[in-house]
Amino acid sequence: MKFGIVVFPGSNCDHDAWYATSHNAGAQAQMLWHKDTIIPSDIDCVILPGGFSYGDYLRCGAIARVSPIMSAVCKHAEQGRFVLGICNGFQILTESGLLPGVLLRNASLSFICKDIHLRTEQILSPFTSSFEQGQILRVPIAHGEGNYFTDEQTIHILEQEQRIAFRYCDANGNATIEANPNGSINNIAGILNDKGNVLGMMPHPERCCDPLLGNSDGLGVFTSLMQTVGLY
Amino acid sequence: MKHFKAMITITLRKSILDVQGKTVEHALHSTNFTSVDQVRIGKYVELTVHATDAQQAMSIVDDACKNIIANPIMEDHHIALEEISVGEHA
Repeated sequence: MKFGIVVFPGSNCDHDAWYATSHNAGAQAQMLWHKDTIIPSDIDCVILPGGFSYGDYLRCGAIARVSPIMSAVCKHAEQGRFVLGICNGFQILTESGLLPGVLLRNASLSFICKDIHLRTEQILSPFTSSFEQGQILRVPIAHGEGNYFTDEQTIHILEQEQRIAFRYCDANGNATIEANPNGSINNIAGILNDKGNVLGMMPHPERCCDPLLGNSDGLGVFTSLMQTVGLY
Repeated sequence: MKHFKAMITITLRKSILDVQGKTVEHALHSTNFTSVDQVRIGKYVELTVHATDAQQAMSIVDDACKNIIANPIMEDHHIALEEISVGEHA
């Protein structure tokens, strides 16, 4: 199992993603440059990491979406191979149309950096198969634009097709308004595409993979993929 | 070939709550600007474009707005076009 982590100008969670996948999960991992035009054929999962690609100019993810590597990332996804967008990576995925909706400015207008709770909503996906249904995870968030929004019809489809991978909840698993850090519609923290091979999520699983940090709840996202690919 | 200056205003779609606009509206009300209402905060983009006529220039800029400059899922854009002489900037 090999992860390819895209480095855009302004990415700042690329090394964390590399460390989590290679050192904590035990997979192979390599960095991919934003000017690359192909994804090496041995890469199973492309990670679009968190950060502030292109300084968040215009809109978060709007410029990264047109960088050379993104055509190859879209092709990678069309082939049914895996793409994981974390935080700014999720914003890039919505801008590129690989996932529906947008990430608006947080309802509080503040940048929020703290641990939150997530409820695992969908365990049949390749990104979540090592979790239990409803499993509560403690994962950090760090964003100013994480307020997921889409039209009513798309929300209906996402809910009906069970494409909401994670929802913000309290410590007991209740998806309340109080437990929603950014105003996301239906407490959405992460969604899947229609084929289930693309996941975008605002929380940072790569930041909670090492027991040394006191929390390895995020590791399951990467080990799920490794189980799916069959090399774990 | 004619040259045009496009002045593009981008605002959140009416269906989306403009939290920043609302906050500024409250601030205005609390500083006695009580007659002010419906504050919307957006972005302003200016660019020049060359085209055979205003209609073509408008079409190019509108396309650029729909593709990159604005995100139609969350934003509306309004374009004001003005013909300029060659080499004139802003």
